[in-house]
Amino acid sequence: MLFTSYEFIAFLICVIILYYVLPSRYQWKLLLAASYVFYFVSGWKNCFFILLTTGSTYFLARRIDGLHREQAAYIKEHKKELSKEERKRYKEKIKSRQWRLLLTGLFLNFGVLAVLKYSNFAIANLNFGLSLLGSQRQIGFLSLLLPLGISFYTFITMGYLIDVYRGKYPAEPCIGKLALFVSFFPQLIQGPISRFDQMKETLFSEHSFDSREVSFGLERILWGFFKKLVIADRILTGVTTIIQQPETYNGIYVFVGMMFYALQLYADFTGGIDITIGIAQTLGIKVQENFIRPYFSKNIAEYWRRWHITLGTWFTEYIFYPVSVCQPMLRFSRFCRKHLGDYAGKRMPVYVASLAVWFTTGIWHGASWNFVVWGLLNGIIIILSQECEPLYARFHARFHVAQKRWYAGFQVIRTVLLMSSLRMLDCYRDVPLTFRMFGDMFLHSRVSQLFDGRFMSLGLTVSDYIVLIVGTLILLGASLAGRSGSLREKLASKPAPVRYALLYSLFLCTLLIGAYGVGYDSSQFIYNQF
Amino acid sequence: MRRRIMVWLCLTAIIGGSLAFLSSLLKPKYMGRIIEGALIGEYYEETTEHDVIFIGDCEVYENFSPITLWEEYGITSYIRGSAQQLIWQSYYLLEETLKYEKPRVVIFNVLSMKYDKPQKEAYNRMTLDGMKWSLSKVKDIQASMTEDENFIEYVIPLLRYHSRWSELTKEDWKYLFHKDKVSHNGYYMRVDVKPAGTFPKEKKLGNYQFGDNAYEYLDKITKLCKDNDIQLILIKAPSVYPSWYEQWDQQMAEYARKNQIRYINFLDLQEETGIDFQTDTYDGGLHLNLSGAKKASEYLGKLLKEAYQLPDHREDERLAQVWKEKTDFYYQMKAEQEEDLQKYGYIRKFHEE
Repeated sequence: MLFTSYEFIAFLICVIILYYVLPSRYQWKLLLAASYVFYFVSGWKNCFFILLTTGSTYFLARRIDGLHREQAAYIKEHKKELSKEERKRYKEKIKSRQWRLLLTGLFLNFGVLAVLKYSNFAIANLNFGLSLLGSQRQIGFLSLLLPLGISFYTFITMGYLIDVYRGKYPAEPCIGKLALFVSFFPQLIQGPISRFDQMKETLFSEHSFDSREVSFGLERILWGFFKKLVIADRILTGVTTIIQQPETYNGIYVFVGMMFYALQLYADFTGGIDITIGIAQTLGIKVQENFIRPYFSKNIAEYWRRWHITLGTWFTEYIFYPVSVCQPMLRFSRFCRKHLGDYAGKRMPVYVASLAVWFTTGIWHGASWNFVVWGLLNGIIIILSQECEPLYARFHARFHVAQKRWYAGFQVIRTVLLMSSLRMLDCYRDVPLTFRMFGDMFLHSRVSQLFDGRFMSLGLTVSDYIVLIVGTLILLGASLAGRSGSLREKLASKPAPVRYALLYSLFLCTLLIGAYGVGYDSSQFIYNQF
Repeated sequence: MRRRIMVWLCLTAIIGGSLAFLSSLLKPKYMGRIIEGALIGEYYEETTEHDVIFIGDCEVYENFSPITLWEEYGITSYIRGSAQQLIWQSYYLLEETLKYEKPRVVIFNVLSMKYDKPQKEAYNRMTLDGMKWSLSKVKDIQASMTEDENFIEYVIPLLRYHSRWSELTKEDWKYLFHKDKVSHNGYYMRVDVKPAGTFPKEKKLGNYQFGDNAYEYLDKITKLCKDNDIQLILIKAPSVYPSWYEQWDQQMAEYARKNQIRYINFLDLQEETGIDFQTDTYDGGLHLNLSGAKKASEYLGKLLKEAYQLPDHREDERLAQVWKEKTDFYYQMKAEQEEDLQKYGYIRKFHEE
């Protein structure tokens, strides 16, 4: 059930009505039922995996939490009898049991994800290795089901399990509530990757009908639909044509495809998240923002603090920090300090941890070398720009450009171009082809190629281009206006006729110009597949 | 409170009115070169009942002329046919028609037996959009939808036709609130001539057996007619292409024999009808032109008169008046098409720019 399908809209209307009609104590139960209906409709076989993840996480977290409480009670009870050494030993014993439980959860759930998502990638690499060794033997690919949203809910649940292990908050005693947190239908398929401590209050508490919240939520949903249907799905044809025919669409068309994809991805993903947050808000639930105008970033590090924020936070919290302070890394740090000096000794472990994060980010996005290379390149560029920081500082000081608006504009455009170039790895079928097309863009681009007829053979008509230009300007205008405060707040402060006229115009635009229905190949949200 | 209610009423009126306006504007009008989508809707303008109802695809609405049946035999008839009308669509159209009137004879063209599954969305639309809402229409839509279609798009046509905003023509504005009459009791008139040439070699099929679904609906048509005491006639209209295989013909003949229904294959009656595919077709043998439709209708009228004793209504003043208007319109269109042919060598309305 796609967010933009009629079925989903009907489903959502029913859920919202029931949510406010039923006594509020049933609200979270209704959401749980609705989430499982949503998931069941997307493929009943998927339910097994989400139930396995939920069940295993629930029992392991409860056991880990039980050990926390057991430890606290034991120490309290035997405070006077236990020596410091005995207390330490006891704590280590408990910690070790908790660690084993945590590892069981991590292996089980990441194992399921790895098997379902990465088996065929591993087989393809093994086959390649075998062929390099001259072997004729090839391993057959597996026909595996990839449950909808598995990457998202696995990360959500494992984040929860680690937090419980770390004692950040107690385990949820009600399995139904944990199941709702894992399966909450608006965020199940493309995030954001919420954290339990941020969600539990808003998700499980009772909400009475608040017309302001509901109308803000509906406005956000409408805005998401506009982005997805009017821009992302319309430009999709052009993107697909360019990337599927690299021999025909070379030279400047590589650049066109790159920019088209940047626009499509932005409109698609942020549109989807707008719908998610809007649905939640309509239900009185606050979901964390996942984007803060990422294309206004001045460098890649900033971009990643503003794009898919919850994923970045997850990796920082659950991979970067643990890897940075693990024993082998501390040993490595000591080694670097000893042999390479203090500066390198301080930096190297951070960079290794960063690359580990970026490798994982890449592979999380997709089981292919394209994504691995994409992730590592992001990491390398961030490391290089950090290393060049003193140079930048000197340049800024020398030419006094840091506060100049035109220089800020240059930095923004540079970041967009850089990120869009890296995203080419999402598009072309393999890494060598991507690099070849990247080179082709520089070596064979001529502006005259735009007028040789190919531009109008991308599957987009003149009216499509007009819609895309106007739509992009609206996006840009909304982003610019959003810098000084919530757009919806601003809209709410306008007189009712202006407000309604604007909203109705947006509704009509989406209804009329949106690329949906018969004649359009309605596409999945790009992030659904992750 | 009163002010609040007024505001809401105004808002509802503005939103409802603008959506209704856009819906009318964006719906295809079928008033230009392609008129097939307008055929089904014209039936509801009828003020009198009919002795004969034709149901079927283009092989009925282009090959038989109710005006000829009236002029020659005083038989009142109507064709409820549309482009590539599938058998279940014919069934539900008949079911719906029986809510308005009870004909003595129903004539069903069997070419659509070859389709067992929904085919094309565009043709579905031409048949279904014109129908008034009823349970028959709901069932018809459900039976006809292809995988890409969605029921809600039939309920709210704006969801289907929204993308036409970029291809609106003068026709869309001109026919925003009214439509011209395009058929003659469902008959699609063409007076031009294009002799039958050679057709692609008849393809051999792996299986000549008509599908179960098609048979199920044929049974339903048969039962519906029997239950309503209506004589059903199965016909294969006189179109030489697409192919009508011998094996298909045998199945229909066998079905008719078993169910004691008359089955007429007009392809075997070329001599009796006098149809000449050098002069009586406008598209090289696929469909008949007016001259051919007249010949086919004369033959059929004679049979209806003799075998089914259908009354001659020409003496009925009320009917005569109604049919006079129809006949006038028929001759007016005929004259216009002939004039075009003489002047331009083609009929402008159907000529591709």
